[in-house]
Amino acid sequence: MLSLKVNIPNSNKSMMHCNKKAAAKRKQSSLVPQIAEALKSSLVPLSMSRIEPQLCLMKPTKKKHNVIDVEKTEADITLRRSIMVLSKTASESDVSVHSTFASRYVRNSLPRSAFESVLAVVIDDPRFKMPENSIPKEAAYQIINDELMLDGNPRLNLASFVTTWMEPECDKLMMEAINKNYVDMDEYPVTTELQAKAFIFANIRMFVMLKQNRCVNMIAHLFNAPLEESEVAVGVGTVGSSEAIMLAGLAFKRKWQNKRKAEGKPYDKPNIVTGANVQVCWEKFARYFEVELKEVKLREGYYVMDPVKAVEMVDENTICVAAILGSTLNGEFEDVKLLNDLLVEKNKQTEWDTPIHVDAASGGFIAPFLYPELEWDFRLPLVKSINVSGHKYGLVYAGIGWVIWRSKEDLPEELIFHINYLGADQPTFTLNFSKGSSQVIAQYYQLIRLGFEGYRNVMENCHENAMVLKQGLEKTGRFNIVSKDHGVPLVAFSLKDNKFHDEFEVAEMLRRFGWIVPAYTMPADAQHVTVLRVVIREDFSRTLAERLVLDITKVLHELDLLPSKLLVAAHKNGKNGTVVKKTETETQREVTTYWKKFVLDMKTNRNKIC
Amino acid sequence: MVISTTSTDSGEHLNSTFASRYVRSPVPRFSENGFKMPENSMPKEAAYQVITDELMLDGNPRLNLASFVTTWMEPECDNLIMASLNKNYVDMDEYPVTTELQNRCVNMIAHLFHAPVGDKETAVGVGTVGSSEAIMLAGLAFKRKWQQRRKAQGKPCDKPNIVTGANVQVCWEKFARYFEVELKEVKLTEGYYVMNPEKAVELVDENTICIAAILGSTLTGEFEDVKRLNDLLTKKNAETGWDTPIHVDAASGGFIAPFINPELEWDFRLPLVKSINVSGHKYGLVYAGVGWVVWRTNDDLPDELVFHINYLGSDQPTFTLNFSKGSSQIIAQYYQFIRLGFEGYKNVIENCLENARVLKEGLEKTGRFVIVSKDVGVPLVAFSLKDSSKHTVFEISESLRRFGWIIPAYTMPPNAQHVAVLRAVIREDFSRTLAERLISNIEEVLKEMDSLPSRISTREAHVTATIHEIQGGKPDGKPLKKSVRETQEEVTRIWKRFVDGRRTGAC
Repeated sequence: MLSLKVNIPNSNKSMMHCNKKAAAKRKQSSLVPQIAEALKSSLVPLSMSRIEPQLCLMKPTKKKHNVIDVEKTEADITLRRSIMVLSKTASESDVSVHSTFASRYVRNSLPRSAFESVLAVVIDDPRFKMPENSIPKEAAYQIINDELMLDGNPRLNLASFVTTWMEPECDKLMMEAINKNYVDMDEYPVTTELQAKAFIFANIRMFVMLKQNRCVNMIAHLFNAPLEESEVAVGVGTVGSSEAIMLAGLAFKRKWQNKRKAEGKPYDKPNIVTGANVQVCWEKFARYFEVELKEVKLREGYYVMDPVKAVEMVDENTICVAAILGSTLNGEFEDVKLLNDLLVEKNKQTEWDTPIHVDAASGGFIAPFLYPELEWDFRLPLVKSINVSGHKYGLVYAGIGWVIWRSKEDLPEELIFHINYLGADQPTFTLNFSKGSSQVIAQYYQLIRLGFEGYRNVMENCHENAMVLKQGLEKTGRFNIVSKDHGVPLVAFSLKDNKFHDEFEVAEMLRRFGWIVPAYTMPADAQHVTVLRVVIREDFSRTLAERLVLDITKVLHELDLLPSKLLVAAHKNGKNGTVVKKTETETQREVTTYWKKFVLDMKTNRNKIC
Repeated sequence: MVISTTSTDSGEHLNSTFASRYVRSPVPRFSENGFKMPENSMPKEAAYQVITDELMLDGNPRLNLASFVTTWMEPECDNLIMASLNKNYVDMDEYPVTTELQNRCVNMIAHLFHAPVGDKETAVGVGTVGSSEAIMLAGLAFKRKWQQRRKAQGKPCDKPNIVTGANVQVCWEKFARYFEVELKEVKLTEGYYVMNPEKAVELVDENTICIAAILGSTLTGEFEDVKRLNDLLTKKNAETGWDTPIHVDAASGGFIAPFINPELEWDFRLPLVKSINVSGHKYGLVYAGVGWVVWRTNDDLPDELVFHINYLGSDQPTFTLNFSKGSSQIIAQYYQFIRLGFEGYKNVIENCLENARVLKEGLEKTGRFVIVSKDVGVPLVAFSLKDSSKHTVFEISESLRRFGWIIPAYTMPPNAQHVAVLRAVIREDFSRTLAERLISNIEEVLKEMDSLPSRISTREAHVTATIHEIQGGKPDGKPLKKSVRETQEEVTRIWKRFVDGRRTGAC
């Protein structure tokens, strides 16, 4: 509807000419409404002289973009005339045979059409300037769509926990809600009701109340928050667990600061205790909000935070201990109950009152369904807040997370903003303001559609598929399984013998089959262990699991036939006592290998996992 | 009862959606078990229907003139968005093209804002969820830079502050509170609803991390005079050696000025402007959920804030508060850039301004309104009643809702809070027909209100009396005794005004 100036004044005659030539009436009749639409929407009076000559030549159904075209320069018109001839010859047999990819947009590489100069600007020009002119929307769609083909297939991406499939009904709902801004609470009362319920009438202390919502309440109940019958939970929907963690961390920091201020003690050196297996966003939180991150080191064979060591590290400046339910490395649940018990004891001795946060990004929607008797949530008194990713096992597309507080007292009032929007008081505690509302709606859909029963079925199924995959891998006899049966449904495994070929080579080879299975080294103090990790999502069926085992076996066979990269290097270093002189390339390669490994150690680990 | 038994007998899947038990039993919200998740699953059709039906009650986004946020996009772009809903933006390894598109968008925006980027250099910037995140990132960069400078000088760095106009969006306040920076606001005066550069520069001290100027005030859409601010600040910096930088919050104006007022100097052409944020989901013409922040050079973004991600063997620096998020908005932004180009954006914005002018002229013709917004600026019309002694703009706003229009009324920030305005934002999809329709509806509302007794005057009588009482003089010499109800109303009014006086969350 934008910029639709269809005007080629001197094309009047050729237009008429073409009309006669074009035999099929069907063609004309299907053209007219489109033209009318185009002209109507551009507020240009309908006049035949404005229609381009090309219209009647090209097949209308497949090349709508020619109908709704943009302003053309004089040069372009000449260009089009030459194309006209071309397409005419090609279309002599039957115009309807033409495919989209036979259009000038794809064929034409010699003269630069408007479309191509755009491409040239975008791709060749390192400065990436915005193109001068508009291009048809169909062309824009096609360019982007084609480029995106080169992206990996999200469904075969076993690296990420993030949901890649939802029911078509939910897709439809999301699309319908995509133009609703989540923050305009007053305009869209129902959307926000799903997430938040304004408290104007219910509670006089409205300034104290956080927005509450159905999803938050359901999740709070799932986590056994100590709520009275009619009490509402305190929590908020976020863009993801990163935002959720920053909000939770900020609340802990402010609470700690307030306490220290009240005691007249210094409050400028806060710290937080976590395992070294935490996600990168904890590091981010620490750096951006100026909190020291104290990491409990891992050791081989024990890849989660050791509660005993963690409690040892706690001091008077500790704002909280963050436990992880579902470590990103091997899916293991940390022993939150033990941590709670140890910390209760320590708090009694020192009176520091250190709380616990549970980062249940991936495990929050697993444990309540598969291990209902496991105590990790608000049943433990020191757990003050929990975050969970809606876009992991909450089964919603990327872009939603939740953070729940135990009670109102655990969220300092000063952090809550009250926005007067169209006369309604809107308490908010978020880092983002405007965002789409479709993810919240999708989460609500999943919660009411699946219910407790449905979630349990999905999780059980995931767990079962993980077991199938695990057994298949064990059967090859080449792998050690690093992940536990008890935990998030993923399989982490390392090669028993990686002297000849390492896990990175396996990962690379698997890409050729389309599988994206990441390999990474463990964090400090266990970094000599490299693992491959397969995340089992809802949409990873048993057929795919069996297929993956098959492909891994193939890869192993192939690798056995290849000479070892590592061994070749070792040989050249002269195992048999003679010093082999290295060529320049070899030296370079060696140095590169070391650096590459160093860089990988530094970065690959946590950053990639989400 | 009888009916339901027979229908279940024939098999659940044969039921029509509206006759199934799922629509007959209450949804969790109303059920007796509070807000718990339902025990059992329900068919997807039923779940879809239950939610859609409730969503019908939502306002129509297209008629919402309160918000700048885009509510319409081309169907082709909808398709692209749909196709990329299941792509996670942070999986740079797996979706390299998406990452590439983001980088291209950053570069296009940087060039639009005249960033001094060399021929082979790439611009420094990042895509965010919205301007809130963008502002927090920019603010954080300024804070860290200031801290580094102070530490290097051996001076204390625990009392940072930031100078803005009182017309800023609420997220600046959020930034200040969450990141422990003092917010120094330049007060507004009646008739001048943007930050006064002179006053702002006066407020600057050695602890000021930056001055935030707004291109397109949320209240009136006016552009602040960034050039003047830059000149004054350059002078002050030369005198004091403080080196205070400027951030431009161009959330709404960033995609207006370059197309309509290309000669207006507000961007990186001014040497002190170190970073700019702009909302992709406002006049960037993308659905809610995308914003951008661009830095002048690499040096303006402290290295310690940047996290490095190993991306296909190459190093991809990231600086965001959110991690996993959908990539569809980024793709949609790229679509708009290449589809519309400079020309297309210019046409859209010109069209918006034209429609704003039509609306403004229509409102002026009624003779009842004072236009508060300026012709140069973001395409919106802010207007207040010439005579609000009988009826207020809040009543107009309420009455317009009956026609489906959502037009907010709000009071101005402190020092100008006695002025209440209505604000209509003109977006891409607000056509001239709609503008004309709106004017006629406003006229109807005015006519209707004239025939109604004033809600205020009945109450206002005793309020003025109270004022006189407080001042010691009584209008007619008689003390007025207030009824309980009157007192209640009065208290309510004062509270309401207090609440109204708080920052409006216009976005």
